Amino acid sequence: MSGPSDFQLQNPALKWIERRLPIFGLVHSSFVAYPTPRNLNYWWTFGGILSFMLAVQIVTGIILAMHYTPEATMAFNSVEGIVRDVNYGWLLRYVHSNGASMFFIAVYIHMLRGLYYGSYKEPREVLWILGVIIYLLMMATGFMGYVLPWGQMSFWGATVITNLFSAIPYVGDSIVTLLWGGYSVGNPTLNRFFSLHYLLPFVIAGVVVLHVWALHVAGQNNPAGVEPKTEKDTVPFTPYATVKDAFGLSCFVLFFCWFIFYIPNYLGDPDNYIQANPGVTPAHIVPEWYYLPFYAILRSIPNKLAGVVAMFSAILILAFLPWLDSAKTRSSRYRPLAKQFFWIFVAVCLGLGYLGAQPPEGIYVIAGRILTVCYFAYFLIVLPILSRIEKPRPVPNSIADDVLAKGRYVASAIAVFAVAGLLMLGSGSQAQAQEHNTPNPPSLKWSFAGPFGKFDQGQLQRGYKVYKEVCSACHSMNLLHYRNLADPGGPGFSIAQAAALASEIKVQDGPNDAGDMFERPGRVADKFPAPFPNENAARAANGGAAPPDLSLMAKARGYERGFPWFIFDAFTQFQEKGPNYIHAILTGFEEKPPAGVTLPEGSHYNKYFPGHAIKMPPPLSKDQVTYDDGSPQTVDQYATDVAAFLMWAAEPKLEERKRTGLQVMVFMIIFAGLLYFTKRKVWANAH
Amino acid sequence: MTTASSAGHSRRDFLFVATGAAAAVGAAATVWPLVSQMNPDATTIAAGAPIEVDISPIAEGQDIKVFWRGKPIYIMNRTKKQIEEAQKVNVSDLRDPQPDSARVKEGHDNWLVVIGICTHLGCIPIAHEGNYDGFFCPCHGSQYDSSGRIRQGPAPLNLPVPPYAFISDSKIKIG
Ligand code: FES
Repeated sequence: MSGPSDFQLQNPALKWIERRLPIFGLVHSSFVAYPTPRNLNYWWTFGGILSFMLAVQIVTGIILAMHYTPEATMAFNSVEGIVRDVNYGWLLRYVHSNGASMFFIAVYIHMLRGLYYGSYKEPREVLWILGVIIYLLMMATGFMGYVLPWGQMSFWGATVITNLFSAIPYVGDSIVTLLWGGYSVGNPTLNRFFSLHYLLPFVIAGVVVLHVWALHVAGQNNPAGVEPKTEKDTVPFTPYATVKDAFGLSCFVLFFCWFIFYIPNYLGDPDNYIQANPGVTPAHIVPEWYYLPFYAILRSIPNKLAGVVAMFSAILILAFLPWLDSAKTRSSRYRPLAKQFFWIFVAVCLGLGYLGAQPPEGIYVIAGRILTVCYFAYFLIVLPILSRIEKPRPVPNSIADDVLAKGRYVASAIAVFAVAGLLMLGSGSQAQAQEHNTPNPPSLKWSFAGPFGKFDQGQLQRGYKVYKEVCSACHSMNLLHYRNLADPGGPGFSIAQAAALASEIKVQDGPNDAGDMFERPGRVADKFPAPFPNENAARAANGGAAPPDLSLMAKARGYERGFPWFIFDAFTQFQEKGPNYIHAILTGFEEKPPAGVTLPEGSHYNKYFPGHAIKMPPPLSKDQVTYDDGSPQTVDQYATDVAAFLMWAAEPKLEERKRTGLQVMVFMIIFAGLLYFTKRKVWANAH
Repeated sequence: MTTASSAGHSRRDFLFVATGAAAAVGAAATVWPLVSQMNPDATTIAAGAPIEVDISPIAEGQDIKVFWRGKPIYIMNRTKKQIEEAQKVNVSDLRDPQPDSARVKEGHDNWLVVIGICTHLGCIPIAHEGNYDGFFCPCHGSQYDSSGRIRQGPAPLNLPVPPYAFISDSKIKIG
């Protein structure tokens, strides 16, 4: 083992600094000479991956904060402004929003690895507890970050989670008011969440330093669970662990990139593309996937206070793990029973995650209760009893022996699938509750689907025409500007055409020098005009239901595809629920409701609308809009074209995203390959 | 040392260099969007489109200030005296030599259109002040003449003329 003692600097300037601040020696002893067990497997690379993710989140977060406005009426639009107008804003936002999920995937793997290999046992208890603290801070940070875009799920998630504290006897309500800074979730809440969301990552970074410090004092655990005894048991951190971590990280980044570039909204909830509305709760509130197991525990208990206590205990119980499991053998490899129960526990967590996303009714509640009992039983009954009765298999004498006897572990492969399952189960696609057995919209073939998808410019131009001549009579598109019509990756109008379209409208401007408002022809910088001056006018003119803004409609609507489709969707990059739904609604009207269905006054029957009673009358009819390019002037064609147009409107950077994604994926595959061979070369002389 | 092992060495070196180079390329490509996002976004650029200004209300000897791309633009209807002064100056004596004719549009000698930002450190000069019948910057005392040229004080350059054109005798388009 090499320590700081044999570290010599040559450069006199560095020497001068080193004598006053021994920072080079510290770095050398911690990250170069630091001895790591030579039998670590790839599950040990997740520590490095987590540090990387923390850095990614901090860097992208600081940048997003440069463009974001933490104010209740502007927050939602400022996030859309980032995605649409800031250079690479779409990339930064998708990295940050998916980065949170990746961070949690990595932390769950890291924690389960610790659980499996007994990394919390003497002398690593403090190391483990610091980890639990980091996890808690991550949950708080993730929650507050999810509030910032100020969509429907942000708002109602904030309402539900802060209301957890109202369960505290006597002072609960005062605490909730304190958290809100008002009598309900509102602008003050958003402001303080923004402030804290900015602060907490740096607190996490601080605790990470302690975590790493504690790690370097106790030394790393390893798959065999025996402490290194001689120099033969370890290799220096650099280059061995460094290059192995780098390879593991590059594979993780590949996985990450798949989400960023190809399925960026897969883990999100369509409802969060609707601006927060304090008057309407979404039909089915679900937290982000990484909270789902705990959410399921909360809902399983039919008492407010007890539910909240159970939920928090489910997390805090982790801190007591070193004392609940007092078995001397660390690694589950040598504990046949503990190993089985570990995998049962993983399954229980996955099951709870799945249930957390289901509506709290019927069988789901009962299953939730059973799994909640199992969850706690694992910690409070199974582990304490096992540590007394289980007869472990003999552990290897030394790490060097373990390396020689190396076998292949099926367990690792199983775990990979389990984690993939966890991810899929958590998918936000659970969000839309099935109501009144509404059929799923048929899946159409879209030119923009798949990794090489591109918009069909002719289709977008036709869709714009349908929007302009039909939809725009009632629906606004507040996020769209005439200049967007000439943007690359869009309908392909020239600047002059966009300017001509803009000049058709009248825009109120002013005040002029005399202080009067005046009308002028539109310019390309102007927004699409709204049909009604405000929401109340829209509501009054439409029988009480304001026609929703269409800018984000293609991302704000979805439907449940059900198991196992939603798993395949991650691989096939199925992202077209929104346009499928829009097309289905526009073509799903029926003159007469089926026998036995009565509709409320002023409603129309629609096969695909949840609940079937829609206020919007059938908007399209044959030959209503004249196409110049000879496309059929049918309702079906109109609906398809306008759905494609709305997809572009909701995701204007889709082409740029997929194009960049291809370049990044190719690069990352080559880079990961190079790292793999480098790692093999470096490790060749260690075995 | 055998040939085989030195070949092995160079193969390994090549691998390390290739991996290091790929890492450097990846890092550089990652930095690019992180820096590029600081540039003006599409809204800001769109808002910087040309503007039209009606100059008919500006009487001789008066000026107005309009904003284009967040910058104050002086539009000054110069008096005979101001024009004469501006044309009379010996150009080669100037710190930033430019004849008056290069700073106004032909046939519109009376109209001076300049960006009202002092070329010293960015304060806004006051019109119709100073010793040269032009502009005076209150910050550090730069003085510009009736053609907006620097005559005295620490500023190095003349007040810049923005891109503009006369659409009609009473309307100009800036940008
Ligand atoms: S800024 Fe005008 S003189 Fe210094």
